[in-house]
Amino acid sequence: MSAIIEVKDVSKNFGGVVANRDVSLSVNTGTITGLIGPNGSGKTTLFNSIVGYHPIDSGSIKFEGEEISTFPVQQIARRGLLRTFQQTRIYGAMNGVENMLISLPHRKMKVWDALKTFTREDYERADHLLEFVGLYEKRLLKSGDLSFGQQKLLEFAMALMNEPTCLLLDEPTAGINPTLINGLIDRLKRANSEFGITLFVIEHNMRVIMNMAETIYCLAHGEMLAQGTPDEIQNDQRVIDAYLGAH
Amino acid sequence: MAKNKTILYALILAFTFISPFAFPDFGTQLATLWLMIIVSITWDMTGGQMGYNSLGNIFFYGTGMYVAALIAIGLVYDVGDYTNAAGGGIYKFTDLQYFGGMFLGVLGAGLFCSLSAVVIGLLTFGLRGPYFAIGTLGVAIAAGELVSNWDWVGGGQGIALPVYPGDLDTGKVYFYFLFAAVGVSTFLFVKWLYGTRFGAAINAIRDDEEKADAMGIHTLRYKLYTWAMAAFFVGLAGGISAFQLIHFEPLESAYQTINLGIFMVVCVLLGGKGTLWGPVVGAILFHLFKEITWNYLLGWQWVALGALIVVTVVYFQDGVMGWLEHKRPEWFGIKIEKKVAEQAE
Repeated sequence: MSAIIEVKDVSKNFGGVVANRDVSLSVNTGTITGLIGPNGSGKTTLFNSIVGYHPIDSGSIKFEGEEISTFPVQQIARRGLLRTFQQTRIYGAMNGVENMLISLPHRKMKVWDALKTFTREDYERADHLLEFVGLYEKRLLKSGDLSFGQQKLLEFAMALMNEPTCLLLDEPTAGINPTLINGLIDRLKRANSEFGITLFVIEHNMRVIMNMAETIYCLAHGEMLAQGTPDEIQNDQRVIDAYLGAH
Repeated sequence: MAKNKTILYALILAFTFISPFAFPDFGTQLATLWLMIIVSITWDMTGGQMGYNSLGNIFFYGTGMYVAALIAIGLVYDVGDYTNAAGGGIYKFTDLQYFGGMFLGVLGAGLFCSLSAVVIGLLTFGLRGPYFAIGTLGVAIAAGELVSNWDWVGGGQGIALPVYPGDLDTGKVYFYFLFAAVGVSTFLFVKWLYGTRFGAAINAIRDDEEKADAMGIHTLRYKLYTWAMAAFFVGLAGGISAFQLIHFEPLESAYQTINLGIFMVVCVLLGGKGTLWGPVVGAILFHLFKEITWNYLLGWQWVALGALIVVTVVYFQDGVMGWLEHKRPEWFGIKIEKKVAEQAE
């Protein structure tokens, strides 16, 4: 199985604070991969490095075999590598449908395509995906007025609308009602199996990540602590120590 | 509903055609009203729809004036000689030279302003929020000062253009229709533009530019294009103003940052930022208020205007259209809609 994302010896410092030190990992095409670790262990920093939010100090990041560590955010997004935010970000003054329509992929667009109106198929796709995340009824409301959990679902639907090849999800279940979480796990799995999107997920909820991921990486203090299947990670003494603070 | 809209548009268009003949005494006033509508709609393109509050759009108005005048003069005479007041020369324009020069000048003004919007945009679009507002204001003020010290274009005295060749009342109607044509075109243009993927992209930039970046939208490109389009229409309006005013100078009439430069912002806030009709409604209300206070509260007119600005900015930020949307969300299609059975899979 080929790796879609390859991170090799990536280090990132903020002033004197080491956020990532020599982190290496790979995400295989078509899989769901998890990234866990205690608060402040450098998970989100690693995500930001991968999608180009800040330059890395050393190391290499490859997406589909191409070195992307020097590309700006937009360029990486147009290659089909997308991320969602831990602090959910949607376009608050627009309604759900508009949020979906603007998320149509821009990588296939020519300059003049911007002057076209959205087609019936675009609307149908938007409605279909809103239905998929359970927001169809509220699609004409201003999305800024939706609850946090609903905004999170909307952001996920927007990401799917963009037809990414790989999606980086930063804590997709944080702030979502426990009864909705099962539904979300199911949708994430379906996004992976039906739409063929490779998922790379940061998650604190162990039940969620152990249920979904095939491979899990564990970061602690900015360094890669362990990797393996959910079973191996669950029984790894170093991971348990890191979470319980024995370090 | 669609029928009502058609009737409304037809009424407005009819009023546009009839008003200069029905109210001949207000010809220039009505032309100025169209100017206010044009600058308000174009200000809202970046301010309301894209979230970039520019205080420098007046730069395009002033630059439009100068470019149009210089093209019209330059096609016939040497500009340096023409603007040199001490020369005392007499310069006549034939009808063809006047109207031809005006046509090419106004068009050239629009294109030049578009181009300068791209250049200024490249320098200022890295700024956000109030910093962008102050940065663009600085550009407009600096341009006014530079032009007023540039003797070739008349310096602080400005430029006097030839008078409309014909009956003055006909001239008033002529300029009214020029402004009205640009105004209607501007409105129809943005009405179409906001329905396209382009419109959705600039709305996305307004709501969360970082998210738009992360979704792969060419944010800088959209920002430059939007401002260039806005600048084109403001440039046209500026060019027409130059011929309508006959004489203009840099600081008070061309780069009038404290008058028209601020009025356009207040019009949009009053009418409702980020809405199609807001700038139009705002411009009409503002112009009425301004003319009424100038007539009946003379001496206190600036105080009244200042009070209006303060009240709008502090208590009425959403404007007329925003307030309506808040009171009657269903008019704007904001509602919960159940899925109908046949649509379900």
